[in-house]
Amino acid sequence: MKLTAQEKAMFDGAQGPAVQKAMDLLVRYGRALGAERLVETNNVVASVSATTPFMRDFARQNGGMDAVFSQFSLDSDEVVKIPKIKAFTTHTQLGFDPEQAARMGVDEEAVHFFRKGEAFTTGLGIQATNTCTPYQVGNIPTRGEHCAWMESSAVVYCNSVLGARTNTEGRESVGAAMLTGRIPYWGYHLDENRLGTHLIEVATPIESTADWGLLGYWIGDKVQEKVPVVTGIGKTPNLARLKHFGASASSSGGVEMYHIVGITPEAMTLEQAFGQRKPTEVFRFDAREKQGILDKLNSTGKDTKVDYVMLGCPHYSMEQLWELTQLIEGRQVHPDCELWIFTPRSTKALCDQNGFTRIIEAAGGHILSDSCSAMSRAMPKGTRVVAMDSAKQTHYLPAILGVQAWFGSTADCVEAACTGRWQGGLK
Amino acid sequence: MSDAMTKIILRGRCVVPGVSEGEALVTGQQISGWGGIDSRTGTIVETRHELRDISFAGKVLVFPGAKGSSGWSNAFHLTRTFGVAPAAMLFNEMTTKVALGAVVTRAPCMTDFDHNPLDVIETGDWVRVDADQGVVEITKRLPSQA
Repeated sequence: MKLTAQEKAMFDGAQGPAVQKAMDLLVRYGRALGAERLVETNNVVASVSATTPFMRDFARQNGGMDAVFSQFSLDSDEVVKIPKIKAFTTHTQLGFDPEQAARMGVDEEAVHFFRKGEAFTTGLGIQATNTCTPYQVGNIPTRGEHCAWMESSAVVYCNSVLGARTNTEGRESVGAAMLTGRIPYWGYHLDENRLGTHLIEVATPIESTADWGLLGYWIGDKVQEKVPVVTGIGKTPNLARLKHFGASASSSGGVEMYHIVGITPEAMTLEQAFGQRKPTEVFRFDAREKQGILDKLNSTGKDTKVDYVMLGCPHYSMEQLWELTQLIEGRQVHPDCELWIFTPRSTKALCDQNGFTRIIEAAGGHILSDSCSAMSRAMPKGTRVVAMDSAKQTHYLPAILGVQAWFGSTADCVEAACTGRWQGGLK
Repeated sequence: MSDAMTKIILRGRCVVPGVSEGEALVTGQQISGWGGIDSRTGTIVETRHELRDISFAGKVLVFPGAKGSSGWSNAFHLTRTFGVAPAAMLFNEMTTKVALGAVVTRAPCMTDFDHNPLDVIETGDWVRVDADQGVVEITKRLPSQA
């Protein structure tokens, strides 16, 4: 790999051992990819947190938070002192909501350790946004900006909706990026890799957020990690719809970039989306396919008695919380069911200010922040059956927690929370 | 090629240097890291995966590529920490997830083969991976049906 003089100096240790380890990892990673060089970045989305008992023990036995960062953020067996970061960095979701640890079944000791870790990471200069949706809380890169983001649902939003440029980075590469301001120049950083590969003709109305989640889930399954170009969309989707669409396409497949003709910034026309290329395959999404993918997604759902309704994967937006208050105001969550909603902490603060928190709590629901059930493995005690409006979370929870899962619209989920029964399905 | 002891040679590109060998575990399905494997046991846990409940610890894992969460690298990094990493990895489709995951797993790893390893290698074959030389040597467990 070609390194600039400044990069070579970092590689040789001119900026200390942590930066040297970071450059060493970037070079090993770049070579593995077949990248020719690195690119400068000043926008990183990272997870560096240590919330599990394993990480707690690792820190204790190996030299504190520097040891955790050295091993799990720089792939260095040698413990190096971590200096302040160079690139603007916001933190992804955590293993639990430190403000509501008891509700999530997390003990005080874990919270205490987390606080120590958070003091360490914010001390390095990492923003404690603690969300899978950085673009909902102020980290909104500009079109063409080179980024190094983790979190597959954020990556696909960054590339496709914002027109900024990132690959799906991992914990170790973003650790190296925040200390060096570099990331391999490969994949979605290059123009030619951003062009469409597969054409998706949508032949059934796609309107609700749940529709967008289903479409994304189906497309991910079809194209895996390729770049789908979607045509046939009538109504322009809002942030929540595109957020759910990308999140599900990146869970059933590995979609990191898509185009919706006439809507997303690098696809004003079909020709722009594909460049000189021809689509390698054409798929058609109709009502039958829609029913089929819903059945597949709901394959673990057997019992209609619902114990837990989880909303907020990816973290709910202000608009979704407003919609939820309209659906639930004046109603009551069933005594045998619980309703948890996950949102970024700064959005929760706004909910408090707006009176949304009061409405949701009066109905018996709880707003949590910083995490979700998949990340935390936390659910209300005794949960066997979960209902969700997120295809992504419906994909993950049965595998992670062994529960049955139902996917439906937000309204279906509110109905399930208030009746304790699943009655969803395509209307 | 009908002799059970016939060795088949594949050539490819080094992703992570090193030499290692083991029994092959082959899947035609992509592998999800976080939420798709249990890092403490090296077992596939994804609900509809054909290798569900099967461990890749100490095996030569042969797969098309990575999918799913950006936690892929960390999930595989932890398999090394827990001593249940694959002995080597061979895959076809390069992505940042699989590249970084392979680098931090530190098991020898290769891609860009002259023949598709998914067509040549079957679960149970003995596979020696010399990523430094870019060579994979396969000893068929069963007589080939071809």
